[in-house]
Amino acid sequence: MADTTQMQPAVVDSPVLEVFELKKYFPVRGGIFNRVLNQVRAVDGVSFSIKKGHTLGLVGESGCGKSTLGRAILRLHEPSSGKILVNGRNIMGFTRDQMFSERRRMQIIFQDPFASLSPRRTVAQTIREPLDVHRLGSKAERERRVTELLDVVGMSPQVRDRYPHEFSGGQRQRIGIARALALQPEFIVADEPVSALDVSVQSQVLNLIAQLKRDHGISFLFISHDLAVIQHVSDEIGVMYLGQLVEQASVRDLYARPKHPYTRALLSAVPVPDPTRSYKRIVLGGDVPSPMNPPSGCPFHPRCPDAKSICSTTVPAKRNVGTDTQPHEVSCHLY
Amino acid sequence: MNSATPLLQVSDLVIEFSTENGVVRAVDGVSFDVFPNETVGIVGESGCGKTVTGLSLLRLIPSPPGRIVSGQINFLGRDLVTLSDAEIRDIRGHDISMIFQEPMTALNPVFTIGNQMIDVLKRHRGLKRQQARAAAIELLDKVGIPAPADRVDEYPHQLSGGMRQRVMIAMALSCDPKLLIADEPTTALDVTTQAQVLEQINRLQQEFHMAVILITHDLGVVAETCQRAIVMYCGRVVENAPIEQLFAAPQHPYTGGLLHAIPKIRDEKLAELPIIPGRVPDLLHLPAGCRFADRCSRAEQKCRQTAPSLTWSRDGHSAVSCHYPLSIDNG
Repeated sequence: MADTTQMQPAVVDSPVLEVFELKKYFPVRGGIFNRVLNQVRAVDGVSFSIKKGHTLGLVGESGCGKSTLGRAILRLHEPSSGKILVNGRNIMGFTRDQMFSERRRMQIIFQDPFASLSPRRTVAQTIREPLDVHRLGSKAERERRVTELLDVVGMSPQVRDRYPHEFSGGQRQRIGIARALALQPEFIVADEPVSALDVSVQSQVLNLIAQLKRDHGISFLFISHDLAVIQHVSDEIGVMYLGQLVEQASVRDLYARPKHPYTRALLSAVPVPDPTRSYKRIVLGGDVPSPMNPPSGCPFHPRCPDAKSICSTTVPAKRNVGTDTQPHEVSCHLY
Repeated sequence: MNSATPLLQVSDLVIEFSTENGVVRAVDGVSFDVFPNETVGIVGESGCGKTVTGLSLLRLIPSPPGRIVSGQINFLGRDLVTLSDAEIRDIRGHDISMIFQEPMTALNPVFTIGNQMIDVLKRHRGLKRQQARAAAIELLDKVGIPAPADRVDEYPHQLSGGMRQRVMIAMALSCDPKLLIADEPTTALDVTTQAQVLEQINRLQQEFHMAVILITHDLGVVAETCQRAIVMYCGRVVENAPIEQLFAAPQHPYTGGLLHAIPKIRDEKLAELPIIPGRVPDLLHLPAGCRFADRCSRAEQKCRQTAPSLTWSRDGHSAVSCHYPLSIDNG
């Protein structure tokens, strides 16, 4: 496989996170000896980097491997191969203890605010837990920090002794965010943090995340299937299909000039809340193929409206169709 | 468009659920009409009563704890609320069909899709098994399932989410219904699959000459499929209007707020997304006046005291339930 690391553009400010050729295969076992029969290639050679205070939006449809990628970066799923550099240090070789202290820098916000909070813990206990686990500060300091964090996420300090069931989805998501902020991380993986919320509260939580980025300089990997949501929060965007990043560009570039046929189809599929608007929609045929038997060549070729004969035989290499300072990378034979 | 006789007339529908903490009025005096061949969207956020309204049209409200307290559902001259269980069974799946959000839970996992479709066709159209099988294959073909003759013998788990939803649609259409109720039919699907399924529903609506009630939280979906939209908030209809009007000149501040707040792809990124402050009130502790008053920037004393009623415009095309509708400024 071609080494794509040389294609990384030279960046002035150093990235918080760099990922090189990350792979996560899940074995499929069966038979009487429980042998490995096949592999699900959930993440199949992904490289990217995130600068300090920037947000990389990761967009793709269900099963494309975006959540697995998010977890693999934190080593919540152990990656099969590849490199993950956090502030320049490769965490892949870290021991359990090293990883434990490293996790202070990297946190995660989950999709489902109903499943990600323990129903038996009060708000204060939930938010304080990371501080307790890492033994940071005295008891009084931890309590002060909880109040501070509640304020940051826009909740009143009076809620501290209440339980998650007393809160709506949007407020629970705020509690989850406060917990993720407790250790003052540099980097947060946000895995579909607003998709379980109602539209009228989605924007509230999105604004909160944008504010955290501004005020605290936190970098985000923001995972979502929603192109509208991802546009609002991201600086750069990666489009994922069948475990691979097929296109990567700045948010402005990607929405104004999408290159990959999959990105174009994805953008045109979003329903537009404007009945007077008429445009031609690219409706893709078929379904996403199984990551157990990915198609030969370009993974998108069976559904691609622009597929040529080379697409079914050769995997397209990543090319920069932008400039050196404004890279726009796409893996497609059309370019 | 209102010159025709409505196919469905819902008037003053009230539905309550008894819960441990008291009686919740999930639907509180809902009225609307659906005309033949019309696609009507019922839009609202979770808990607004849109799904319960949809279920009640087929008397599918689980009872207990739910019950239709009052109101009428007139369908082709019959009040569905007062029909016997046997009579309503004849209507279900025959005159009125319904498809649901999660096709995996709506399909029976232990029978092939063919078997499940054949059951419906035998029960409602009185076909023999062989005829029913042929009809099932034809329907699968109509909803765009490739190789329908093979697919008919597959089990639900062998199909993708989009395919399952198509199977649900095929089943729902098997008796040529006059009204199709689709409850969040594409919410569980990916955007590219959603586009396929919505296009399919639009096409089939024309082909089968049926009316469609599309229940959704997604105003984008409404804009693309419906002719008219009913906006619900806290168990009440707050606005009912043709979609061109609803999107261009919303009357109710909630509709206006929703249209602003929904994340949508923009030409220029905004620094801050517009929001609707606060949150939906608890159905157990509803405010006395207008239920949106606490979140509304236009609210006055009157709004907190008296609940507005749904008032139709002079031309009869649209209705709004607000003391100070947004159009009041421009006459």
